[in-house]
Amino acid sequence: MAFDMSKRSSYFLISPMALIFAIFLVVPLLTIIVVSFWDYDEYRILPDFIFENYKYLLGSSVTWQIYLNTFKYAALTWGFTLLIGFTVAYFLAFHVRSLTWQIVLFMLCTIPFWTSNIIRMISWIPFLGRNGLLNSALMGLGIVDEPLEFLLFSDFAVVLADVHLYTLFMVVPIFNSMMRIDRSLIEAARDAGASGFETLRHVIVPLSKPGIAIGSIFVITVVMGDFITVRLMSGGQSASVGLQISNEIGLLQYPAAAASAVVLLVTVLLIVTALLRMVDIRKEL
Amino acid sequence: MTTDNSKTTKSLLSTKEVTRRGFVKGAAATAGVAIGSGAITGFPTIWAQNIKDVTLRQFGTGVSNINAVADKVKEDLGFTLQMTALDSDAVAQRAVTQPKSFDIADIEYWICKKVFPAGTMQPMDTTKLKNYQYISKLFIDGKLTPDSEIAQGTAPHTVGFVEGADSVEFASAPTQWMTLVPTIYNADTLGIRPDLIERPINSWADLLDPAFKGKASILNIPSIGIMDAAMVCEAMGEVTYGDKGNMTQEEIDKTIAIMIDAKKAGQFRAFWKSFDESVNLMASGEVVIQSMWSPAVAAVRSKGIACKYQPLKEGYRAWGGGIGLAKHLTGLELEAAYEYIDWYLSGWVGAYLNRQGYYSAAPATAQKFMSEDEWGFWMEGKEAQGDILSPDGKVMEKAGAVRDGGSYEERMGSVACWNSVMDENKHMVRKWNEFIAA
Repeated sequence: MAFDMSKRSSYFLISPMALIFAIFLVVPLLTIIVVSFWDYDEYRILPDFIFENYKYLLGSSVTWQIYLNTFKYAALTWGFTLLIGFTVAYFLAFHVRSLTWQIVLFMLCTIPFWTSNIIRMISWIPFLGRNGLLNSALMGLGIVDEPLEFLLFSDFAVVLADVHLYTLFMVVPIFNSMMRIDRSLIEAARDAGASGFETLRHVIVPLSKPGIAIGSIFVITVVMGDFITVRLMSGGQSASVGLQISNEIGLLQYPAAAASAVVLLVTVLLIVTALLRMVDIRKEL
Repeated sequence: MTTDNSKTTKSLLSTKEVTRRGFVKGAAATAGVAIGSGAITGFPTIWAQNIKDVTLRQFGTGVSNINAVADKVKEDLGFTLQMTALDSDAVAQRAVTQPKSFDIADIEYWICKKVFPAGTMQPMDTTKLKNYQYISKLFIDGKLTPDSEIAQGTAPHTVGFVEGADSVEFASAPTQWMTLVPTIYNADTLGIRPDLIERPINSWADLLDPAFKGKASILNIPSIGIMDAAMVCEAMGEVTYGDKGNMTQEEIDKTIAIMIDAKKAGQFRAFWKSFDESVNLMASGEVVIQSMWSPAVAAVRSKGIACKYQPLKEGYRAWGGGIGLAKHLTGLELEAAYEYIDWYLSGWVGAYLNRQGYYSAAPATAQKFMSEDEWGFWMEGKEAQGDILSPDGKVMEKAGAVRDGGSYEERMGSVACWNSVMDENKHMVRKWNEFIAA
């Protein structure tokens, strides 16, 4: 009887959360899935049950190109944010000794986030442009004769902006993981004769894995779905999955956009599942 | 032209005493009908007394961006005009799917071609418009001058009239029933940086000249970009088109193939989607030749940077918009809408638009509201005698300047193609996406 009561009360307690998820996550998702099977013309969407949207999407070479491109951005951004994020977190967690300074420096990392990320992105454009600050400086110093064109409106620019925008998403969870590492483990490793690199490889990296996994999930999902960075930094010359969806919505091709969204969702879920297979992030929570 | 503006609404709550027009006296009588039909929303206890309590909701792409028009309506006519600016896709969709959400639709002619047949708008009785006679012939029979040729694409006069008051069939010749009263239109061409380009530019084909490798741009709005691309391919002699405004699949494929080759060869620096982007690309020198809109050229020039709206021998790509009535309008509101549209043609707005570098649908009435110098510069292609000011008083051109492309007749008389929507639209958009992703 008592067991029943507690069971009932826990159902009661989770119901607000369940309700919120049902209304704001499950229902919209189902709507998207349903609409992805509908038909459309220039100005209307027509309820139907057709596979044309998926057939075109999966059969078109453009889709594969776009996915390849998006994976490229995601992989490069992930690699760089991980490298930088891990280094920053390592410095904060192990080299900065006082808690006050750790907090101060950590806050410093977050300052750029006080402005909109579009502004942070756009500010790269005058910096990297043909007649921009960087090119003027390089030419003034005599390092190059011609302005470097690849700096702006290129894949380089897209990845640069992505790394700039999302490195903090790596720093925070990795730093969090590292702060939980028992310092005596590092002492023990040293006592056992491990070099600094060996300690890093065999003690710190394995114990930071949950943080790395969480950071990776953040970065990869954000970059996979991004459209504004790709549009602005590539000068509209490159496509990503997010941009494709945004274009389809702009042209009122909602069913096609819904189909693209479903395929993207499945892709990202597969990536996240793979990551979770490799690392048990529950340790972190 | 399409705007990327976010929604802007203007609501005027001035309580200033207004002069009532003659027809308003009779309006109170019709008002009773309007109450009964429930057509009028707002403050039901006050509105019946005076037209100044009428609020007309206008939404659209072009003039709906100009709040000065709403202010002047309040001043001249006494009622309130609420304006909402949306991009053209959203306008088209709302006009079809939410017919009660607007009273006046401000749409482009190619949108009208798709929207009007849906039956959510009503044609206007031209006999109720005193200024109908002043509307440019371009919108009546498609010929600016008796010997001008009718351009390809959705020429406004082809969708400008319907057969009758309840008809949604476009008429082949002018009738008493007009779908849209033209408001704003222009001829678009390529913008260039004359200070960074050595040789004269005179053809659309110059956009893909390897001399401008990495310094060219085209606009990335499929329905307009494809037209610019077609103008280029035709000028290069690579593709011949039956109708650039309604291409076949084969014509689309050939056009896109040429554009993809150019893109892969590194011809383009960027593609732009919004007005501001085109201005920044040009002003920063990233791009020296690109598709452009007239006010964007003015914006670059106002920064003190040389920019020319280069007339080309193949002619212009033109666009035009107009305002039309929602189907549900009746009674007092309908009268107010007619009054507004007639006022629209009476010259003040025309002069305002002319000063922005667009054209007024009724040039003769606009002339009365412009100085001789302004008229000479904007409409006759004459050298400016004094500084030419924009409607908000900024200096746009110094004395001695001449408008790129010359007079109204020269510019609007050499239109090669009007913006349009193709039968093969879906195919075109997919091919365009291939171009962008290539």
